[in-house]
Amino acid sequence: MESTGLTTQVANVLPPAKTTKLSSWQRGIPLYFMILPGFLFFSIFKYIPMAGVLLAFKDYDPFIGLWGSKWVGLEHFQRLFTSADFLTLMWNTLALSAVNLFFFFPAPIILAILLNEIRLAWFRKSIQTIVYIPHFLSWVIVISVTFILFATQEGGVNKLLVDWGFPRFELLTSPDYFRPLYLSQNIWKETGWNAVIFFAALASIDPTLYEASVVDGASRMRQLWHITLPALKQIIIILFILRVGYVMNTGFEHILLMQNPLNLGVADVFDTYVYREGILQGQFSFTTAVGLFKSVIGLALIVVANWVAKKLGEEGVY
Amino acid sequence: MNTYNFRGKAPFYLAFVYALLILILCIEVFPVLYIIMMSLASKQEIVTRGFFLIPREWSLNAYAYLIDNSNFMQAFRSSLTITSVGTVFSMAMTTLMAYGLSKPWLKGRTALNFMVLFTMLFSGGIIPLYLLVMNLHLLNSYWSLFLTGAIIPFNLIVIRSFFQGFPTEVEESARIDGCSELGLLWRIVLPLSLPVIATFSLFYAVDYWNTYFNAILYLSDGSKLPLQVFLRQMMNVSDGSQVATESGIEFSPAVRMAAVIFTAVPLLIVYPFLQKYFNQGALLGSVKG
Repeated sequence: MESTGLTTQVANVLPPAKTTKLSSWQRGIPLYFMILPGFLFFSIFKYIPMAGVLLAFKDYDPFIGLWGSKWVGLEHFQRLFTSADFLTLMWNTLALSAVNLFFFFPAPIILAILLNEIRLAWFRKSIQTIVYIPHFLSWVIVISVTFILFATQEGGVNKLLVDWGFPRFELLTSPDYFRPLYLSQNIWKETGWNAVIFFAALASIDPTLYEASVVDGASRMRQLWHITLPALKQIIIILFILRVGYVMNTGFEHILLMQNPLNLGVADVFDTYVYREGILQGQFSFTTAVGLFKSVIGLALIVVANWVAKKLGEEGVY
Repeated sequence: MNTYNFRGKAPFYLAFVYALLILILCIEVFPVLYIIMMSLASKQEIVTRGFFLIPREWSLNAYAYLIDNSNFMQAFRSSLTITSVGTVFSMAMTTLMAYGLSKPWLKGRTALNFMVLFTMLFSGGIIPLYLLVMNLHLLNSYWSLFLTGAIIPFNLIVIRSFFQGFPTEVEESARIDGCSELGLLWRIVLPLSLPVIATFSLFYAVDYWNTYFNAILYLSDGSKLPLQVFLRQMMNVSDGSQVATESGIEFSPAVRMAAVIFTAVPLLIVYPFLQKYFNQGALLGSVKG
């Protein structure tokens, strides 16, 4: 996990001359104080909620509290697995993830390769700078922009279509367009940012490889196939595997903000379901069970993906 | 341009690549440009004219309207408070813990690192966290946002690895001169880590500025709601009517677009100042994750 060189490690292991008499516990005291606020944060706001998943096995009564509420075993899970919602949620989550894996994932790679083909530094820099920016905009803004452009009556695009004599395009209300729209928004917002790592990989290619290939008479396409892509191959494989580990995470806020009663059938995923049925409808125990199911599957996927990534000789997430 | 000759000449291919890149650029830029232009058009023009990019009648009325709108300015101030206090709070918590964990000789370090890491892989979900915040009586207080988002584990891990890579000689000599651990962090490590500090401050600031879900989850008092929630409410009113009404307040299309610009601009102002650190910061992150 640590990338520290051996020399620094050795230097760090040796306490400074003045404090050699202290045990390492004593020497660490100021550091423990510095860690304490963070430790409390993790304990309270991360680990107590993990213990809170016990709710999933109880019937939570807000007046009695978690400990007083009665145990119901796996009742909530049974209800989840036998409900019609479950298949919809699972299918929607997988469909959105699949769309992400096969279309959103390659976008930054293509962008990086395109930029790598040109040598006009100012042009490349300006494009890089501009494509980063949407990453910093909130989903609320991205979705507001979508509304402004594509709303059925007022939207800029629909005004243009009407001016040209075409019928209006009901992008926002039709469930058929939800997945493509979701994908396009992801691509618009994050492609530039996600391309950073590929830019770096491409920047590290030895230019003499290209020169040599020119001498050998390689075309641009050949260079792409034999030099550029192999340079990216490893990182692409690793990132792809790790993305597979995040199949259960499809972008909660994004989806929540895009949902409306018309597209709910394709837009409902586990997270939004938990929010709606849990927080808004007050079914705390049942939705904790739904959340727990999602978290457990997510954990398993990440662990497997990370294991595979490490098998391939990479760092992985941990 | 001799500079790119080493890749060989391929005029058609290059023309294609340039065309594609310019297309991508347009797709990124056009929506933003459209909204800026619309926000500067008069109310009348948006309602009566079809599609257009350059307004005939320029007007700053939409912006003037928002600045006069007390609810909007209240939301803007909420966002500023959440972002400034939250960023300082999160950075303090994160750097302190990261520094503490960056010492390989520290006992219990492995366990603490695992404690952090595990939260990236598994979580209790939103319901137990919501009930916890409720039971701690943090609902409707900004502390619900600051405390639940105090440290982003990923940021912590990256900053920690960065501190770990520090040359130890400087630290050693400072320590011999009687510098405390806190002094060391404050006077030596932090000034030397400015690019990283700048990058992660920006990341936290962006997260706090963009807070939407946590705000609707934990805050219900209208005067505390941040800009993102306000903007969402503005956009949510049905688009069928030419002048939408939200709790008695009129929001014309131009005003909505001005609100989008208003919400985005603070980030875009900060961005150029910190941009030089990004590549570095983002790569630092990607190496780790």
